[in-house]
Amino acid sequence: MTDAQIDPQTRIAGIVKGNDIVLFMKGTSLFPQCGFSSRAVAILDRLGATYETVDVLQDPDIRQGIKEYSDWPTVPQLYVKGEFVGGSDIMMEMFESGELQELLVTEA
Amino acid sequence: MPMAADEIEELIKAGIPDAEVSIRDLAGDGDHYAARVVAKSFEGMSRIRQHQAVFAALGGRVGGELHALQLETAVPNGE
Repeated sequence: MTDAQIDPQTRIAGIVKGNDIVLFMKGTSLFPQCGFSSRAVAILDRLGATYETVDVLQDPDIRQGIKEYSDWPTVPQLYVKGEFVGGSDIMMEMFESGELQELLVTEA
Repeated sequence: MPMAADEIEELIKAGIPDAEVSIRDLAGDGDHYAARVVAKSFEGMSRIRQHQAVFAALGGRVGGELHALQLETAVPNGE
């Protein structure tokens, strides 16, 4: 089966469970296509994290499906060890409080 | 179609009656807002759940009509 034939939720689950740290975003880490995604990338880079990104703009099924996957209406979305962490606002709060660094160090 | 700040505030308060809401129009274009929502009823909820409660109050507008909303949630007394 090609990717497109697999149910988007199954594909997303595979990506989320197959990567320790994965950011669903608009654009790429080098060329983010929206301010919120850009901020999410900046936070992860600042923490020196090694992470995968998925550009939702390249795949309409993922773009729609990721909103349903965690009942979260916006992108970016950060997942660590299969768990949804939050969007860029939550990432920023957790970065400022030191929680995000702790999470990435202990989980990754 | 941009939304007015008071409309956002009213919707959040309708969905979360004990919420104190402050809205800032970040770009002055009626399209980029920052909202801070403080509610006692958030106590015991994760940040994700608190944000989801606000999204629910806004009835599917976040990510659509309201595409650029920075959101901060908290329980009273800065906890």
